[in-house]
Amino acid sequence: MTSYLAGGERLTDWLTTRDHKRIAVLYAISITLFFFLGGVAAALIRLELATPQGDLVSDDTYNKLFTAHGIIMVWLFLIPSIPAVLGNFLMPLMIGARDLAFPRLNLASWYLYMAGGAIVLWALLAGGVDTGWTFYTPFSSMFSNSHVVAALCGVLVLGFSSILTGLNFIVSVHTLRAPGLGWFRLPLFVWANYATSLILVLATPVLAMTLVLVAIERLFQVGIFDPALGGDPLLFQHLFWFYSHPAVYIMVLPAMGVASEIIPCFARRPVFGYRFMAYAILAIAVIGFLVWGHHMFVSGQSMYAGMVFSLLSFLVAIPSAIKVFNWTATLYKGSIRFSAPMLYALGFVGLFTIGGLTGLFLAALALDVHLSDTYFVVAHFHYIMVGGSVMAYLGGIHFWWPKVTGRMYSETWGKIAALVIFAGFNLTFFPQYLLGYAGMPRRYHSYPEEFQLLHVLSSAGAVTLAIGYLMPLGYLAWSLRYGARAPANPWLATGLEWQTASPPPEHNFATPPVVVREPYAYTPEGP
Amino acid sequence: MRPEFHLLPADAAASATRLDSLALCLLLLCGAVALVLFVLMVGFSIRYRAGSSADRTHVPKKGLPVEIAWTVIPLLLFLGIYAWGAIDYVKLYQAPDNAMPVFVVAKQWMWEAEHRNGRREKGQLHLPLGRPIRMVMTSQDVIHSFFVPDFRVKQDVVPGRYTSIVFTPSRTGEYRLYCAEYCGTEHAMMLGRIVVMQPAAFAQWLDAGPRQPGMAARGYALYRRYGCSGCHDPGSNVHAPDLTGLLGRRVHLADGRELTADEPYVRDSILVPTKDVVAGYAPIMPSFAGQIGEEDILAIIEYIRESAHDELPRGR
Amino acid sequence: MNAPVLEPQFRDHAQQDFARSFGMWVFLSSELLFFGPLLFGYLYLRMHHPEATGMASRHTDMLLGTVNTAVLLTSSLCMALAGQAAQKGNEIRDRRRAARLLALTAALGIVFLAIKGVEWHQEFDEHLFPGVGFHPSDGGDAGTVHGMELFFLLYFAATGLHALHLFIGVSACLWLMRGPRAEAVELVGLYWHFVDVVWIVLYPLLYLTLRSGG
Repeated sequence: MTSYLAGGERLTDWLTTRDHKRIAVLYAISITLFFFLGGVAAALIRLELATPQGDLVSDDTYNKLFTAHGIIMVWLFLIPSIPAVLGNFLMPLMIGARDLAFPRLNLASWYLYMAGGAIVLWALLAGGVDTGWTFYTPFSSMFSNSHVVAALCGVLVLGFSSILTGLNFIVSVHTLRAPGLGWFRLPLFVWANYATSLILVLATPVLAMTLVLVAIERLFQVGIFDPALGGDPLLFQHLFWFYSHPAVYIMVLPAMGVASEIIPCFARRPVFGYRFMAYAILAIAVIGFLVWGHHMFVSGQSMYAGMVFSLLSFLVAIPSAIKVFNWTATLYKGSIRFSAPMLYALGFVGLFTIGGLTGLFLAALALDVHLSDTYFVVAHFHYIMVGGSVMAYLGGIHFWWPKVTGRMYSETWGKIAALVIFAGFNLTFFPQYLLGYAGMPRRYHSYPEEFQLLHVLSSAGAVTLAIGYLMPLGYLAWSLRYGARAPANPWLATGLEWQTASPPPEHNFATPPVVVREPYAYTPEGP
Repeated sequence: MRPEFHLLPADAAASATRLDSLALCLLLLCGAVALVLFVLMVGFSIRYRAGSSADRTHVPKKGLPVEIAWTVIPLLLFLGIYAWGAIDYVKLYQAPDNAMPVFVVAKQWMWEAEHRNGRREKGQLHLPLGRPIRMVMTSQDVIHSFFVPDFRVKQDVVPGRYTSIVFTPSRTGEYRLYCAEYCGTEHAMMLGRIVVMQPAAFAQWLDAGPRQPGMAARGYALYRRYGCSGCHDPGSNVHAPDLTGLLGRRVHLADGRELTADEPYVRDSILVPTKDVVAGYAPIMPSFAGQIGEEDILAIIEYIRESAHDELPRGR
Repeated sequence: MNAPVLEPQFRDHAQQDFARSFGMWVFLSSELLFFGPLLFGYLYLRMHHPEATGMASRHTDMLLGTVNTAVLLTSSLCMALAGQAAQKGNEIRDRRRAARLLALTAALGIVFLAIKGVEWHQEFDEHLFPGVGFHPSDGGDAGTVHGMELFFLLYFAATGLHALHLFIGVSACLWLMRGPRAEAVELVGLYWHFVDVVWIVLYPLLYLTLRSGG
C-alpha cells in the first residue's frame, strides 16, 4: 500500500486534505514557525535582561515583546502542539481507526488556527500589544494604546480551533475504537488527549466570552471591569483564570501521555500502575477546574476564598505526584536503553518534578504573598511548560519520527541535542527561582544591579537553549532526504500505530486491527 | 539600600523570619523528595540498563499498597504545609488594635503615601520600628501591587476599592519597594524606598516636614465643604445616620443585612450611596462620584474615625 | 436522491450516525459554556441589583418577545415534523414534505430574527444600547443606571449570541432542503431545539423579570 505522503506533490493536495496525518503535518509546520517567532521574542527579552539598564529596547517595546512571547507560546504553540500534531497523527492509529470521526472538521480546525495566527501576527506587526498575555483589566480595556481588540479576536478564533479538535477527539475515542479495545486497554497517550479534550471543550468557551466582554468594554465603554465606570476588575481575573488554569493542564496532560508511551518502550516493561495513571489523568483534569483562584491570592479576593483555593491546589498536586512515582517505578526491573526519545522523556520527568514541587511553594498562601508576580513564578511555569511540555513534545517528535516520515533521524545528534537542551534549560531557568525569592519582580525591563549575575547566567542559558532547539531543525530536516528508511516498528514498541507501515498508508491499516492484548506488553527479557 | 546580592532578602519584618522558615521547611521537604526520586531514577537507570546482569524476574505491573502509600503520605505532608501557609496568611490581614494606618494611593507610575497627621510622601515611605503597620491602599487608575521583598509582603492595589495588609517592621534601614503588577509603560520604574526608623526618630520626622493639617483635620474641612455636615450632624433637619464612631460599629441595612462599618463601606457610601442603605433611612443621599478624589475620601474617613475620640470639634 | 455516503473512517451507517449525533451533543455541551457565563452574569446582577434589573426589564417589549417565543416554539414543532418526515423518507413525497417543513422552519426563524431586529431598533432609539449613549428614560442615580446598563449588556449579548446561532440554524435548514436525509435532519434538529431551549430560558429572565406588581 502506498504511504499517505504519496500523491502529495501539489500544495492543494495538502490544503484540501481530509487525512488526519496530513493535517498533523500541516500543524507541525505552522506551530514550528510560531515557536521560533515566540523564541525570537524570548531571545530579545533575555538579551535586554543581560544588563540592568533598559538599554536595548524602549520600555514600550519590551512590554510588547513579553506580551508577544506569551500570546504566541501559549495559544499558538503550547496549546495546539501535542494534541494537534502528535494527537492528530496518532489518535486514530492508536485506536485502530482509519481517521478521526470528523475529518473535514479537523481541516477546519487547522484553517481556524491559521486564521487566528494571522490575526495575532497582524496585531503584533501593526504595532504590538502591551497588556501581557493575561490582558488584566482595566489596563487592557481602558488604558492600553495598543492593538488589544485585534489580539483578542485572534485568540478568540484560535479558541474555536481548540474546541473543534477536542470535540473530534472525544467523539473518536468513544465511537471508533477497534474491536477488543476497551477503555482500560487504551494507551495512556489516548487517555491523556481524551482528558485534555474535555478541558478544551468545556473551558475554552469561557475564555471566548471573557475576551468578548473585554472587547465590549474597550469599544463601547460599558463598565464591566473598569471601576471608573462601575465595573469590577477582579471579575475579569476570575473569568480569565477559570479558563487559563485548566489551560495549563491542556498544555501538560498530553506531555504526560507522551512520557507514558516512551518510558515503557525504552525500559522494555509495562508502565507501573496503569489504572492509577489513567485515574490520575482524569483527576488532574477535574480538580484542575477548581483551583483558578490561586492566581489571585494577593489580588484583593477574600482571604477565605484564598484558603479554599490553596487547599484545592495542594490536592491537585497529588495525582501529578502519583504519576511521577509511577514513571520512576516503570524503570524498576526494566532493560533500559537511552535513545534520544528516552532522554527527552526522562528529562521531562525530572524537570516536571522540579516545576511541580515549586508549585507547592506557590500554593502555600503565605509564601505566595512573597513569591507571586516575581521571577519565581516565571521559573515555575517555564519548568513545567518548557522543561515539561516542550521536552515531551520533542521526545514525541523523535519517537514517532520514523512512523510519520518513514525515515530514521541521527541518534547521535538526537542525543546531543537532548543534552544541550537539558543543560541550556536548567541554566536559563534555575537562576530565576533565586531571582524570584530575592525579590525580582516580573515584566520588568530594567532592574537593580544586584540581580545582574543571575540574569546573565539565565541569558547565557537562553543562548544554549536556542542552539539546542535549532539542532533538531537541522538533523531532522536532513533525515527527510538522507535518513535511513524506517521499518514499521524500529523501536519494537507495542501500540497499534506500530503495526502498520512507516509511513502509514492513507487509511492507516490494510486490515482493521483487533486488539487482544493489554497495553505495554513489554518484557525485559524480550526483544 | 543593599547593593550586594542576597538570596534571602533582609529579614526586616516580624513575619519575614517565619516565612523564611516555612520556605526552608518546604525546600527541605521538596529537596528530599526530589533527591530520592533522582537517586531512584539514576539508580534504576544504571542498575537496569540494557545488558546489565540485574535480576529482572517478576516485573511488578502494579502495587496497591505502594500506590496508597505515595498518595496518602504526600497528602498528609501537603495538608501540614497548607495549614502553616494559611495561618501565616491570615495574620497578614488581621490588624492588632495598635496598628498604625498608612494610606497609599498608587497611580501610573508612582506611589503616594499619607500619614494620619497629614505628612505626605512621594516614592518613599517612612515607618517606625516595631509597630504594626496597616496599609490602606487604592489605585487611581490600573491595578498595581505594593511589594517589599524585605518584609515578604505584597498586596495588589486595585482601583475602586481599598486593599489592606498588615506587617511589623523589625529592623531599621532602607528597603526597596516595587510595583509587582504590570501597569503599563513605566511599570519597571515604579519603585520606592521604605525607610524604617527608631520610634523616636520617626516621631520627630513625622512632626517635621511641611506643615499641613492632619488627615483628620483636613477631612473635617472637606466634610463641611461638601455639605456632609448639613445632613449628618445632629442638629440637621434631614434624617441621616449619625457618623460618630462609625468605623468598627455594626450597621443594620435596609435590606436586612448587617455589616461592620469599615473604610470600604464609608467609601462606597460616599460614591454609591444607594448600595448599602441603612435601615430606617430613605435613600436620599446624593452620590459624590467624580467629585471627591481618592486622597480626600481617605481624609474624610480619618475624620470620621477620629470623631469616635471626640478630639476635634464637630459641627454645630 | 442518492443514499448517504458512508465515510471511510466508519464501519457502517449505524456507527456513522451515532458518531455524528454524539458529536452534536458534545458540541452543544460546549455551547452551554458559552451561554452559561452570560446566565451566571445575569444571576449575579439580579442578586446585587434587583431593582435596577426590574426597571431595565420593563423596557423590553414584552409583546414582541412573547410573539417571538411563539414563533420559535412553532418552528421547533416544524423542525420535529420535518425530522419525522425525513425518517420515513424513502418516497419522494416524504422528502418533499420534509423539505417544505424545513422551509417553514427556516421561514419562522427568519421571522424571529426580523422581529428581534425591530426590537433592537426600538431599544436603540430609546438609548438603551450600552455604552456612552446609554440613557434610560427612568434612570435614577448612577448606581441604578449602571445596573440597568449591565442588564442591557447582558440582554444584547445574550440575544445577539442567540440570534447568531439562529442565523446559523436557518442557513443549515436552507442547505438541508436540497436533500433532507434523516441523519442530517436529526443533527440540525438537535441544534435547532437547543437554540429553542436557550430562548425558553432567556425569555422569562429578560422579559418577565419583576413585571408583576408594577
